[in-house]
Amino acid sequence: MSAAPDRFQQPETFAFTKENQERAKSIIAKYPPGRQASAVLPLLDLAQRQHDGWLPRAALEHVANLLEMTQISVYEVATFYTMFNLEPVGRFHVEVCTNLPCWLRGSDEVVGACRKNLGIDVGETTEDGLFTLAEAECQGACVNAPMVKIGDDFYEDLTPEATEKILAELRAGGKPKPGSQIGRKSSEPSGGLTTLTTKPDAKPAGKVKESGGPS
Amino acid sequence: MLRDQDRIFTNLYGFHDVGLKGAKSRGDWDGTKELIALGRDRITEEVKNSGLRGRGGAGFSAGMKWSFMPKEPSGRPHYLVVNADEGEPGTCKDREILRHDPHKLVEGCLLAGVGMSAHTAYVYVRGEFFREAEALQRAVDEARDAGLIGKNACKSGWDFEIYVHLGAGAYICGEETALIESLEGKKGQPRLKPPFPANVGLYGCPTTVNNVETIAVVPTIMRRGGDWFGGLGRPKNTGTKLFNISGHVNNPCTVEEEMGIPLKDLIERHAGGVRGGWSNLLAVIPGGASVPLLPRSICGSVRMDFDALQEVKSGLGTAAVMVMDKSTDVVRAIARLSRFYMHESCGQCTPCREGTGWMWRVMERLVAGKARVEEIDLLDEVTRQVEGHTICALGDAAAWPIQGLIRHFRPELERRIREYEASRRRAAA
Repeated sequence: MSAAPDRFQQPETFAFTKENQERAKSIIAKYPPGRQASAVLPLLDLAQRQHDGWLPRAALEHVANLLEMTQISVYEVATFYTMFNLEPVGRFHVEVCTNLPCWLRGSDEVVGACRKNLGIDVGETTEDGLFTLAEAECQGACVNAPMVKIGDDFYEDLTPEATEKILAELRAGGKPKPGSQIGRKSSEPSGGLTTLTTKPDAKPAGKVKESGGPS
Repeated sequence: MLRDQDRIFTNLYGFHDVGLKGAKSRGDWDGTKELIALGRDRITEEVKNSGLRGRGGAGFSAGMKWSFMPKEPSGRPHYLVVNADEGEPGTCKDREILRHDPHKLVEGCLLAGVGMSAHTAYVYVRGEFFREAEALQRAVDEARDAGLIGKNACKSGWDFEIYVHLGAGAYICGEETALIESLEGKKGQPRLKPPFPANVGLYGCPTTVNNVETIAVVPTIMRRGGDWFGGLGRPKNTGTKLFNISGHVNNPCTVEEEMGIPLKDLIERHAGGVRGGWSNLLAVIPGGASVPLLPRSICGSVRMDFDALQEVKSGLGTAAVMVMDKSTDVVRAIARLSRFYMHESCGQCTPCREGTGWMWRVMERLVAGKARVEEIDLLDEVTRQVEGHTICALGDAAAWPIQGLIRHFRPELERRIREYEASRRRAAA
């Protein structure tokens, strides 16, 4: 959080909806009594989802009160983790991975396709408020590189063309199919399976103990 | 080559039913009650005998780690914390377990829980894996509904609960004590050790943090025996392993293979070979971003296990193999990793907070050759000032890729410096 005046409106108040209050309760119940601070990450996430993808100060205060934490400890957390947005973001947060495995497979071109298609630079939001473009660190889909995370979904095995197609579909209100864009199921080699070509067996033969665990 | 019947993750790619029924048809949850009945000591002993070393990068004996948990009841609960904060660049193996074989992890949590006298497990999943956490939560709910976990799990008399917890984007939370801090609702900054988590971990209670893959292989080890697992691979480097092969190969993929498989076989058999053929290979980072790269001369013969890779001054790490062909600007590749470590340094220790930024800035200059040759030695010296002088291993992880680059590609660094110098002289003339 910078000391500079906000470039955007901070809402006066924030409160969880009734539904989210229930969700918050069941989240807090996962942790031992007195350890409710453990719920701070999931509750900030819940607040962010309720508030168009970003956390106003009022939401941080609301979560702090709910968890009986000091406001500064919640601010500390909110500013430490990259998935919390403390400024408004577009409806679609387009996060292109540019770490090494994605870079080796053309993430520069994917970023380029996004900039061209959206007409904005990295770190900017389109005027209609639909898209925010960001570069991200490794998001853990490296054998399906290059990839982009939009909202909760990964779009993988991208080309610049596939990237633009996804953005166009989102703009038109559609739901592009997440996952591999070249028709892979997941992380299997695209040239044909090299393993797991036989039907999985409940009790594999050979070197396996008969029953009841190891002797 | 490993036979399919010796593979543990038989639904690695998600071609089969992920749910409980499908998992059971693949052998999960078979005789779990009897395995629980073996009790803490025999479970830990079997895992020790299997030779299983932690799959999160450090490669410490899993059974040994469990045995550090207090033996006598102290009135404090014991916790199993599963590290699913998979964020080491190049690594995407745990993702496949979470979304395609989650019951192996759920059953593994239960058995590992018995092995360390824990009745509660928290699985800390990186925030970006929202869909994967959903898949795991479905498996946990199914198992609870079927009485496999929860009160009197599998009718064994053992109570066991599993909670899925999502992170929010911080690489450092993959470090076990930072993960504990984060799980307690704080910034993810590593703790000083000792005390070790086995004595003072989550909420000040005895805690063991294990990687997803480490826990997920436990049920199969218990069913087939430590001897079976220990008979695969090489001594001290046993079992099967998930490998991620990314970068400049024809068919990037994740695959389960035997520990110790030659790197070249791994790339050629499973990933369709290096783009443009083996002779077009420049270098490989064999174990995630933190380990030093290997030039082609070493890649042709090295085996993929902890000890073999340590012998060539690299490491197995997370077994994330990143392949770079001759079109790669290798200096820029390492500079990109330096930027990553600068971004992810938690800022707690000065050598890392200041050093990662300093190293990145020098790396950026080296990309263009805008440096003096002596600065290569200075950079190497600074990496050694950072390495070993921080609370956690992020400082080491930032240092090692640069050390590897200098060790194997010094002529390339010097060439760039000379070239830049020459172009400057030409411009001045």
